[in-house]
Amino acid sequence: MFKLLARNRHTVQRIGYSLITLVAVMTVLPIVGVIVFIIYQGGSAISLEFLTGFPYDGMRSGGILPAIVGTLYLTIGTAVFSVPLGIAAAIYLSEYATDNQWTRLIRLAIINLAGIPSVVYGLFGLGLFVLFLQFGTSILAASLTLSIMTLPVIISTAEESLRSVPQSFRTVSISLGATRWQTIRRIVLKEALPGILTGVILGLERAAGETAPILFTGAAFFLPRLPGSPFDATMALPYHLFVISTQVPEMPIQIQYGTALVLLAFVLTMNVIATVIRSRARAKRQW
Amino acid sequence: MNKILIENLSLQYADGAESLRGISMGIRQNAVTVLFGPAGGGKSTLLRCLNRLNDLTDIKTSSGQILIDGENILDPKTDVIALRRKVGMVFARPVPLPLSIRENITYGLELAGEKRRAVLDEAVERSLKLAAIWDEVKDRLDDPAIALSGGQQQRVCLARVLALQPEIVLLDEPTSGLDPISTGKVEAALQELKKNYTIVLVPHSVQQAARTADYAAFFLQGELIEYDDGAKMFTTPKEKKTEDYVMGRFG
Repeated sequence: MFKLLARNRHTVQRIGYSLITLVAVMTVLPIVGVIVFIIYQGGSAISLEFLTGFPYDGMRSGGILPAIVGTLYLTIGTAVFSVPLGIAAAIYLSEYATDNQWTRLIRLAIINLAGIPSVVYGLFGLGLFVLFLQFGTSILAASLTLSIMTLPVIISTAEESLRSVPQSFRTVSISLGATRWQTIRRIVLKEALPGILTGVILGLERAAGETAPILFTGAAFFLPRLPGSPFDATMALPYHLFVISTQVPEMPIQIQYGTALVLLAFVLTMNVIATVIRSRARAKRQW
Repeated sequence: MNKILIENLSLQYADGAESLRGISMGIRQNAVTVLFGPAGGGKSTLLRCLNRLNDLTDIKTSSGQILIDGENILDPKTDVIALRRKVGMVFARPVPLPLSIRENITYGLELAGEKRRAVLDEAVERSLKLAAIWDEVKDRLDDPAIALSGGQQQRVCLARVLALQPEIVLLDEPTSGLDPISTGKVEAALQELKKNYTIVLVPHSVQQAARTADYAAFFLQGELIEYDDGAKMFTTPKEKKTEDYVMGRFG
């Protein structure tokens, strides 16, 4: 009787494990599928000329340099605004704010900010930065719009990693005559930095891949030259991909997939960097 | 001579937990004063009042005063940074900051603005010797402090406090996680330290209280029940409650 039950339990266990493994494989398959498919379709388009040349013949030939550079500019621009602001907000929420209605409202706002569809950010950016503040359709306006979209990601991951630094470090530091700010700067931030960086990269990665927020605020259909100032409009990889996939008749398919591959590589590289930072820090962590 | 004078100190936490009720006592200079009693008696709370570490906690009400060298440190105008340098604290669990051994020791001094390498090196050696750990770590001062054993960590934490040349050292069950040999080393260091410092110790057992106390104060549920010479307290206590606790009838 007992033996039978025991064998039964093992069988149930095995079936359970198999199911879980199956589900795990199913989640990985689409990602692998997308990558393999895009490399297969677009790999042949990648060449030095494609990466460093300008598009011509109605974008049907040539390279995508302006789009690559544009996405780089937009990512940097977004970082300039969202990283200091996001980290400062996280420090405030984690280290200074007491739990009251005001801070609960801030948190609620951040959560809601994260849930807003990206095209709404685009319209908001158009209204505020492009028209009201008269930045025009520009890298500046697009970066600011992307920053607002990225902020919630940066704030919540940074706050999370600040909070995960043991409270005892703070108590000890204060007891040794440190001010709150000295404690944050010398101990808390240092320990939370890898987590914060991971959040920053993931947030920027999302910004780099977005189309809707830059659609009305900074993206150009076609530019024969590289943008020269923050007030210039720019081409960008995701928008360029949208354009050549839907707006240009008789577009060679490998250029579309080649563009997608470059965008994917850009985003995945950032992802890999984030993962490396996180795992290195985890191995080094002493608590 | 009283280094610290506590006058009618009462305190209640916002969450209603452990509180102090009308504590008045003097704490003598260059002696080990032990605050003992069952958990929740207010010993740690009192300790944390002495360097205003309770500022970090949510406190509902507090009244009374604590005079250190005649100055009321509970006064809102008190320079708490200077106070905490003067009144150092060692915690129950050793908490090395995520720095090297050397950096742990120099942390407080560097915060205070000390940059001279020679002064810092001198402080490292002096305080590690005082805490009876110098010989064990002198060849690996740049290793992370976390790599040390628990007993060594706790003595580094003591040295870290001593590096600031405080006048008063508070110890909150400093040996609760340590093996008997490390405990012995810490206790021996305390006997040495009291020549130059005022020591306030919350011991982790009655036995340790009896071993270390020059003066002993028995706390029960936020009240000071009895305060006397250590020698008298653990042989002929006046109060029935103290006797019961010392004899191990409760607690």
